[in-house]
Amino acid sequence: MILGRVAQAIPVVMGVVVISFILTRALPGDPAAYFAGPAADEASIAEIREALGLDKPLFQQFFYYVGDLARGDLGTSLTTGQTVMSDLAARLPASLELTLVALLLSCGIAIPLGVLAATRPGTWVDHLCRILVTAGVSMPTFFTGIVLIYVFYYLAGIAPSPLGRLDFIYLSPPHVTGFYLIDAALAGDWETWFGALKQLILPATTLALFTLAPIARMTRAAMLSALSSDFIRTARAAGLGTRKVLYGYAFRNALLPVVTTLGMVFSFTLGANVLVEKVFAWPGIGSYAVEALVVSDYAAVQGFVLAMALLFVALNLIIDIAYALIDPRIGLK
Amino acid sequence: MTDTSRRTFLKLTGGTVGAAMLPFLKAMPAQAQSGGTIVVVSGQTINSLDLHRTGTNRASYQVAVNCYDRLVSFGTKDTPGGGLSYDYSVIEPELAESWTISDDGLVMTFKIKSDATFWDGRKVTAADVKWSFDRAVSAGGFPTVQMKAGGLERPEQFEAVDDETFVIKLDKPSKLTLPDLAVPVPFIINSEVAKANATEEDPWAMEYLHTTPAGSGAFKVARWDQGQQLVYERNDAWVGGPLPSFQRVIVREVPSPATRRALIERGDVQMSFNIPNKDAAELDAKDGVDVYSTPIENCIHCLCPNFNFEPFQDANVRKALAYAIPYEAIFQTAAYGRGAPMWGGEAEITDTAWPRKSPYMTDMDKAKEHMAASGFASGFEVPLSISLGLADWMEPTALLMQEAFAQIGIKAEIEKIPGANWRTAALVEKRLPLHLENFGGWLNTPDYYFFWAYKNGHLFNSSNYLNEEIEQLVDDTLHIPMDDPSYAPKIKRMFEIAFEDLPRIPLWQPALNVAMNGASGYEFWFHRQLDVRPLISAPA
Repeated sequence: MILGRVAQAIPVVMGVVVISFILTRALPGDPAAYFAGPAADEASIAEIREALGLDKPLFQQFFYYVGDLARGDLGTSLTTGQTVMSDLAARLPASLELTLVALLLSCGIAIPLGVLAATRPGTWVDHLCRILVTAGVSMPTFFTGIVLIYVFYYLAGIAPSPLGRLDFIYLSPPHVTGFYLIDAALAGDWETWFGALKQLILPATTLALFTLAPIARMTRAAMLSALSSDFIRTARAAGLGTRKVLYGYAFRNALLPVVTTLGMVFSFTLGANVLVEKVFAWPGIGSYAVEALVVSDYAAVQGFVLAMALLFVALNLIIDIAYALIDPRIGLK
Repeated sequence: MTDTSRRTFLKLTGGTVGAAMLPFLKAMPAQAQSGGTIVVVSGQTINSLDLHRTGTNRASYQVAVNCYDRLVSFGTKDTPGGGLSYDYSVIEPELAESWTISDDGLVMTFKIKSDATFWDGRKVTAADVKWSFDRAVSAGGFPTVQMKAGGLERPEQFEAVDDETFVIKLDKPSKLTLPDLAVPVPFIINSEVAKANATEEDPWAMEYLHTTPAGSGAFKVARWDQGQQLVYERNDAWVGGPLPSFQRVIVREVPSPATRRALIERGDVQMSFNIPNKDAAELDAKDGVDVYSTPIENCIHCLCPNFNFEPFQDANVRKALAYAIPYEAIFQTAAYGRGAPMWGGEAEITDTAWPRKSPYMTDMDKAKEHMAASGFASGFEVPLSISLGLADWMEPTALLMQEAFAQIGIKAEIEKIPGANWRTAALVEKRLPLHLENFGGWLNTPDYYFFWAYKNGHLFNSSNYLNEEIEQLVDDTLHIPMDDPSYAPKIKRMFEIAFEDLPRIPLWQPALNVAMNGASGYEFWFHRQLDVRPLISAPA
């Protein structure tokens, strides 16, 4: 059944390949002129255009692109000078690690907070939840990031230098997954593991504050609606314990919308954490895509869009499976 | 938290900043005791270790400077504002021990230092120089254009006579040739290593040298994590100049200016390269951080009225613009007073200094007089174009101009153009009626500036300006020595015409700002990239 779901994704990915190719070509700007440098003349721009294959007709360029893609070659990024594949391999794990840690953190706070707020509406917990939610959505991440740096690094001096994934006194752990926490743990290098964790705390908190809002709000709303349902009244009337009613019935039913929200939050965070990446010098995928877009770096933009599309397909698959596990009424059929 | 305590311990035991840090704790504990380490942060990203490669960006030029040698280099001088600068008027040996130029100026003979070696221990020979120069003139794109500026166009011009003698033959003598050998482009590559890694499709080993430099320079690249950091390791066998003081230099990329500022203020990094004007002004007022702001030689921020746009063909309109610009307000708002004013100069031109102040200043009455005398007394509308990539200075400048031009009846609508399109629109198609521009020439002579920015059809002449006399004067002065008797009068005449015709209205000379905390020895270079070689640790 999972195979069937994967098969459904194939036309989506093909569509993404075509659209990303056409859209990048529609971007304003001439990469050849841009990369020829400040003092280039007509001849050198033409040379570069030829080297990039941009002098060929569009359909021929597309043909080459699909051919390369079939061989697993995403091309070379002009901005970074690396192959797009190695860029993505280096940067995607950085973004994923940051986003996942941030989401774990925000779920760890938001879900209990939402449940508490729903069970005690109108009390101080509910108000706290409301304040956090409002503050979280209304503060832009770059602002929260800079405030956190200012307070914890600049003033208090407890946070490490915001210099990316690792301070310069550490070497990055041997590459296995690209996730520093996992790689360092695999290598048994706990010093580097703590080093990577320390660098993660501030940016992950920044992102967590931002993602907390939708999750907490959704948990609270879903719990409230679940708690006011007939089956909860029946369960209570049948004399089931509060714990059983709350977690066995209400929470499990409330989880469906929460998981949906989580999937959405994850996908937009991964794309939208570019500002956090900039502030914390995090070598992630968001800043990579933005820089590539600014200079019309075709190969990099296409590679990014494709990687994101595959990631979203995988994410949707995981969410579908999670649905089936949470709610037996939804099968994978 | 073992690491915290270890770091605290290091800070307590170490004396100076450099010696106190043990970078690469796990990997190189033994080496870390000797020499020191400096950490530099920069907002720019390095995308290649080979300047000749297509698509190599400006920030990457520093690798050519620090890891490779040229035949010659420029001297060093003090700048008026404190700090050091390269000295265009002094050419010093780097890999060349000495050189002679034939009486007709057509043959240059270089003697290569006999003790110069590449990192792999092999002696630097004239054949390596020849191969590297052939590569620079054949690679295409920017390196080839820059070589051409010094009259170096074809491989046949270069000859390796014997191991230590290298000869350049020129088509015509030019004062620009020797300085052009000291720019980052003609760097000398270990040709044996490069050839061993060249392929049929890639005879110049572009792919190999892109990630693996092979030179003789003061620093080797110990590590390059694209998008994150570049680590330089000193080459103790360097003969190109005095041995650098630091054993290791770590250049970290930190895109956010606010984060860079926090790092330098805290002293966790010793240098922040190319900081915004605003930070420079504010950090300068504080203790602990040294700020160096050097006006960039041969570079001017200008307002360019395009001659393709009918009202700007009227000299009175152009002069009205020049008198209406609120120079001082722009300089304070957009540049935070960093750099040098380029307005309110003497009317009479007595020397050949460039950039120089224009004879114009803010004078609304004169602006209105010129407008009234023009054929467009009732005013007109024009888009004022700026690049989003350079919005930090262009946007405030354009806003203040918009306000001032409205007072003389010119309704300027600000048009923001994305960075990727800017070059094509402004410089290649030259279609922007009124825009801001900031050309800076690497070779520091006025004729070189005029060659690029005032000659018709040339890239930075974005105003479509054409003046027959200027064309002739630039051709006459471009290659003759600056002490030639006909040089100064012709240059002065060029200035007169430029200020009379005003295809480019000078605003100010921008500055390159660098902040240092716990290190010193920074030297400004025309290429505006970091030369890590002269840096020293500041006395504690």
